[in-house]
Amino acid sequence: MVLELRKVAIRNIEFGSPARIEGDKLIVDPDEMKEWMLEDSRIKDVSFDIALPGTSTRILPVKDVIEPRAKIEGETFPGLFREDMEEGGSGVTYCLDGCVVTTTGPIVGFQEGVIDMSGPAAEYNVYSKLCHLVMILEKQDYVDPHEHEKVVRLAGIKLARKVGELAFACEDYTTETYEWGNIGENYNAYPDLPRVVYVYNCMSQGLLHDSYFYGRDSKIIVPTMLTPLEIFDGALVSGNCVSPGSKTTTYMHQNNACIKELYKHHGKDFNFVGIVLCPLMTSLKEKFRNRMLTVRQVKMLGADGALISQEGFGNPTTDLMIVCQELERNGIKTVIITNEDAGIDGMSESLPDSVPEANAIVTTGNSNATLMLPAMDKTIGVLKDIERVCGGTVNSIQPDGRLLIEIHGIMGGHNLQGNTLVGAVTI
Amino acid sequence: MKKILFYTNQFFGQIGGEEFAYTEPFVEEGAKGPATGFMAALPDAQAAATIVCGDNYFAENIDKCKDFIRAQVEKYQPDLFIAGPAFNAGRFGIACGESCKLVQGELGIPAITGMYEENPAVDMFKADCKIVKTAKSAAGMRAAIPDMAALAGKILRGEKLGLPKEENYFPMGKRVNVFHEKNGAVRAVEMLVKKLNGEPYETELEISTYEKVEPAAPLPDLKHAKIALCTSGGIVPFGNPDHLTAASAKFWKKYDLAGMDRLESGKFESVHAGYDPVYANENPNRVAPYNVLKEMEKEGEIGEIYPYLITTTGNSTSVADATRFGKEIAEELKAAGVQGVILTST
Repeated sequence: MVLELRKVAIRNIEFGSPARIEGDKLIVDPDEMKEWMLEDSRIKDVSFDIALPGTSTRILPVKDVIEPRAKIEGETFPGLFREDMEEGGSGVTYCLDGCVVTTTGPIVGFQEGVIDMSGPAAEYNVYSKLCHLVMILEKQDYVDPHEHEKVVRLAGIKLARKVGELAFACEDYTTETYEWGNIGENYNAYPDLPRVVYVYNCMSQGLLHDSYFYGRDSKIIVPTMLTPLEIFDGALVSGNCVSPGSKTTTYMHQNNACIKELYKHHGKDFNFVGIVLCPLMTSLKEKFRNRMLTVRQVKMLGADGALISQEGFGNPTTDLMIVCQELERNGIKTVIITNEDAGIDGMSESLPDSVPEANAIVTTGNSNATLMLPAMDKTIGVLKDIERVCGGTVNSIQPDGRLLIEIHGIMGGHNLQGNTLVGAVTI
Repeated sequence: MKKILFYTNQFFGQIGGEEFAYTEPFVEEGAKGPATGFMAALPDAQAAATIVCGDNYFAENIDKCKDFIRAQVEKYQPDLFIAGPAFNAGRFGIACGESCKLVQGELGIPAITGMYEENPAVDMFKADCKIVKTAKSAAGMRAAIPDMAALAGKILRGEKLGLPKEENYFPMGKRVNVFHEKNGAVRAVEMLVKKLNGEPYETELEISTYEKVEPAAPLPDLKHAKIALCTSGGIVPFGNPDHLTAASAKFWKKYDLAGMDRLESGKFESVHAGYDPVYANENPNRVAPYNVLKEMEKEGEIGEIYPYLITTTGNSTSVADATRFGKEIAEELKAAGVQGVILTST
């Protein structure tokens, strides 16, 4: 299987007509986009805005962030819009690199966060370095919270795919080519190198706590083997799940930092032989079942080492720990990525669960730490919703317009595929 | 010129040995004892004064000694307070720790001391001030002075301090956020390569091990017991009057349920960001089953139900905060004569 990613660099967005890409500028037509969106009768109204890096702009409450990607043959985000889905991960995929579709609008749940395009919060995530085409969606009154989430999710993906199609006309792009064989081919590719498997945890716990694999709720799948190529094509999308800081947005799936890094070392330091997707479920019984099935597949792939990425925090820490423990007990050397909840003062124990085998941890920071954000010239969305989201309180908005929040209120503020520079040390 | 106030004991203050351990605190202008060594290593600073106090006197008159130190700090207005080093001396260690805690914590002036790792005062005070690692006995003074003076110099010059291992002090145990040059995925894969190759690597977080909570023994007689309902599921009166947060709760609340047989939808709701609240909002008893407990009370299966809901949000709540909530709630319930608790989580 071979996938060619054709990356068109986007450094600016403007409204105009007809929609097109000129150099590194994306031009989109709000009327046309509105027409596309109102095809879904559950959407009452929609408007669009633009947020560029370095500007005094705040987006809140953000539901999902999606990189526009599209294919001439086949489809990106397979399984979301058509029953007769095709497997993702082969052929040619066009990507608008440096540009994202970001969804906002009235709050669905507590798990929506802040993106600042400048100032201190901008240091915490990769989103502040991207050009955002922001879509503000309002649902019809009769739409309940679960359907509201679905409407917003599908609208965001649809727009990302439509906008991605504008790249078809571009001839100026860079190419990345990825190959993936069957288990035997992968195993034998580098017989002298240790074999590494990536355990890809994804949240699967209900409204704003789900992920969607080929359009199906990840709660109803068992741990399963993936190819990295289908991830690049959007086979896994965010259900806008969990706290903003640790939320794996669709962008973070499409640009999974762990997969990217494993590919870099593949064939040099180790042989990257597989990915096992592990749904993080609510009950202990499911956690133990998923541990068993995940570890079994990692073993069947012949792994000597494993990297586990995380999503969410709290009960998912138990999944992270017990899978790590079982892998280590099977002689598979394991590194895990987690954030910490060490309290506002940083003086608490960091994790709600632990095993002694978790002796190689990368941390993406203490999410309880607070940050004072300056007022921004422009807010896209609903500033007052900060009072209800994770990391915010009724005292978040200061009289002078500044914003006091905990790190986990910042979208991607401690991304658990490790796509952030934030970490923590003991002093 | 920056001023330093020193603290030492009867021995290092050159009064005498154990027989002078009840010496009351006094102060002398300038440097005395180890302070003279520090001043030689800190030519840009000035020794304001040296406080000397007997170790036994300090241990048995802590409040008086603290008052004395407070008065000297007010008088001399130092920029830095240096106590000890105490090496492995237990009582002197506590005196150094207490005085640094007072000066830094209460009076807001940086304070440092030095101790040997097994000195019990290290664990007692490492979160309150910087304790430089020293040798076991006074024979290590020659090494302790430059180490402590280096840290003192940085503090006086307002320089950013390095990590504990770089500055040679005991970690306070405080986690602080930093920005790395490489992202987490890059660091994780590099760590994995080292681990696979059997090369040394450093975990970024030392794992804590927790005390396992043994389940309590069953109540012998439920029919005469008073039972309380607690939840970490974030169920609050509709409108969330006390602004319980969706995550990282800093308090728990007690809500009066007198006269109620169940938690009605529309009167109670969930504010917890860690689960899908739709079903809990439809029927809050799904998370806090007060209705079932009241039925059991009516049927005589349970003697009495405590007529309050105790609630918090267990979502990204730090272990330290959760432990404090547990203690406070237990005290409250014990005082109310409660014998058993149903604690529901989400």
